[in-house]
Amino acid sequence: MSVELNGAEITVRCLQEEGIDCIFGYPGGAVLFLYDELFKQDKVRHILVRHEQAAVHAADGYARSSNKVGVALVTSGPGVTNAVTGIATAYLDSIPLVVISGQVPRAAIGLDAFQEVDTVGITRPCVKHNFLVKDITELAETIKKAFYIASTGRPGPVLVDIPKDVTQQTARFVYPDSIHMRSYNPVVKGHSRQIKKAAQLISKAKRPVVYAGGGIILSDASSQLTELVQMLNFPCTNTLMGLGGYPATDKQFVGMLGMHGTYEANMAMQYCDVLVAVGARFDDRVIGNPKHFSNENRKIIHIDIDPSSISKRVKVDVPIVGSVPDVLKELIDVLKADKEKFSHETLKEWWEQIALWRERDCLKYDRDSAIIKPQMVVEQLYNVTKGNAFVTSDVGQHQMWAAQFYKFDKPRRWINSGGLGTMGFGLPAAMGVQIANPKAKVACITGEASIQMCIQELSTCKQYKLPLKIINLNNRYMGMVRQWQEFFHGNRYAESYMDALPDFTKLAESYGHVGMQIEKPGDIEDALKEAFKLKDRLVFMDFITDQTENVFPMVPGGKGLSEMILV
Amino acid sequence: MRHIISLLMENEAGALSRVAGLFSARAYNIESLTVAPTEDATLSRMTLVTVGSDDVIEQITKQLNKLIEVVKVVDLNDGDHIERELMLVKVRATGADREEIKRLADIFRGSIIDVTSKSYTIELTGTSSKLDAFIDAIERSAILETVRTGASGIGRGDRILKV
Repeated sequence: MSVELNGAEITVRCLQEEGIDCIFGYPGGAVLFLYDELFKQDKVRHILVRHEQAAVHAADGYARSSNKVGVALVTSGPGVTNAVTGIATAYLDSIPLVVISGQVPRAAIGLDAFQEVDTVGITRPCVKHNFLVKDITELAETIKKAFYIASTGRPGPVLVDIPKDVTQQTARFVYPDSIHMRSYNPVVKGHSRQIKKAAQLISKAKRPVVYAGGGIILSDASSQLTELVQMLNFPCTNTLMGLGGYPATDKQFVGMLGMHGTYEANMAMQYCDVLVAVGARFDDRVIGNPKHFSNENRKIIHIDIDPSSISKRVKVDVPIVGSVPDVLKELIDVLKADKEKFSHETLKEWWEQIALWRERDCLKYDRDSAIIKPQMVVEQLYNVTKGNAFVTSDVGQHQMWAAQFYKFDKPRRWINSGGLGTMGFGLPAAMGVQIANPKAKVACITGEASIQMCIQELSTCKQYKLPLKIINLNNRYMGMVRQWQEFFHGNRYAESYMDALPDFTKLAESYGHVGMQIEKPGDIEDALKEAFKLKDRLVFMDFITDQTENVFPMVPGGKGLSEMILV
Repeated sequence: MRHIISLLMENEAGALSRVAGLFSARAYNIESLTVAPTEDATLSRMTLVTVGSDDVIEQITKQLNKLIEVVKVVDLNDGDHIERELMLVKVRATGADREEIKRLADIFRGSIIDVTSKSYTIELTGTSSKLDAFIDAIERSAILETVRTGASGIGRGDRILKV
């Protein structure tokens, strides 16, 4: 039986039907009827942020840490434009989000009305898909489609723009059980013949590498990946987005690859004879200049759900389009059935070579420094949390140190803006992570520049009692900008110095949180322990770190993976 | 190389701008683009003429396929196909030129569809290169106005693009 509901009620009912327990948003004129309906029910919790960018980042952190679709609700005009950074962040990292935006009433569209922007036009290039709902009878089906598109195939953000008068009109409410779209049918199963070809290449490899990216995390394929890698005794590297996809403490893990990847991972990539790329996209920060990374010297197998990711930057020999866990499972079965069993012995020389590269100890730093080394803070955080925390980060040097020094053994624990590189992501994302995982330890590793881009969210954390631990690696510079200026711009530190910083301890306190400042390396561990003992409080830890520390190794822009600058 | 790409997409508001936006966002060339509803009013058929290396064309077809509203994409250059474009040309036609232009139109199998004492309007259909040839054959200063539809294409024989 169906009943007549208004558009706002329909929208909220759709969220309930989807099993959404929490959304992030900020009210405004065009969404008042929606907020009125949210007010009247208690199944969908609403978290009030302090800026729409944070609403989308929080929904994003919620999605990344839980494998559920994140939902954000914003008003028309500036509500939407503020949300764009968050939407683009989710788009570049393929995160399933549904963003609901208010729009001016239909009759006012196109008349430069108050708080009107062309939302569908502005967001078109940074969403997987978007809709403007012009007809109340299509509202429920459109929202169903939005969730379906966001969460299937290669995931991504989907925006639904709802004019205010549509939220007032009434229609019969029927929520479809399923959706069929003739124009959208994501592939699941990989091509069996291609998988057999891949198995043949794999079984002949002498210098293989498995290179796994964010697709492993998004498709929950860690167990299949781990099984494959361990069955074959292959070395495995993860991209920045793939960390936690393969256990970082395992002996077959050679570390992260790419611009700030380990020496052993980058060298193994460069000198391998068979590369198994899984849920990764040969990004410029990952393989550097593609001219130095052709498939002439190595055979490349590429497994990905998105055909457009295959042979985009690097030509591959065996493309396999399909859902990563399904393809990996079939590949494992084919390899197991193969009578000419794969011999671990043939990889002996390759592992010896990798051991030599590992001896280079590329992540070494001065452990006896009298000034706090940022790497040490991350290492201590890892020790104190026993590797079990959810760690979000902002963007810059601290992000790379977090990726290099916190060893993620599980997927969905490392949450950062990899594709878009959005400063300001870390704190709101951590809020979403904490809400999705109320009992978990959640740390946000940040820097004094990034944290100030969404610092207003300390207020949201106060309102909802989110006990985040903010690890501020404060070097009084935009560290990564300064590093590039040091290396490539003759030490001319143009505008990368942060003058007039706030007293972060007092700032945290003024928001009702606990603030700490740590200046001595010897105090790091105790301070972290003390902070994590305060289980129900947000603790802002301001670590005064070495201003001159740089992230190594580094592959300069335009160079090949083996051309690293080392410590 | 020049490629002619045909696609079927949902006949919905905004679908065209998704295609146009994709080409500008990814810096692909569009030489021409033509679109209209098909016999099934829920579908539009678009023909795109673009230029790019094989790698770029491969990306273009993949990216087009990725658009949610696009139902099918075919690179007509993958097989035999027919291409036609319609052009209307208004030319100055006075004195001795009147006869000369009429003869030229006949040679190109064009037809004169509007006549005044000073001008002819000629309708011409053919491949894009035939239309180019006609333009080149007329003295440039005689051309008052031209309008072209951009190429439409269809596969030969059994090559059918249909849902």
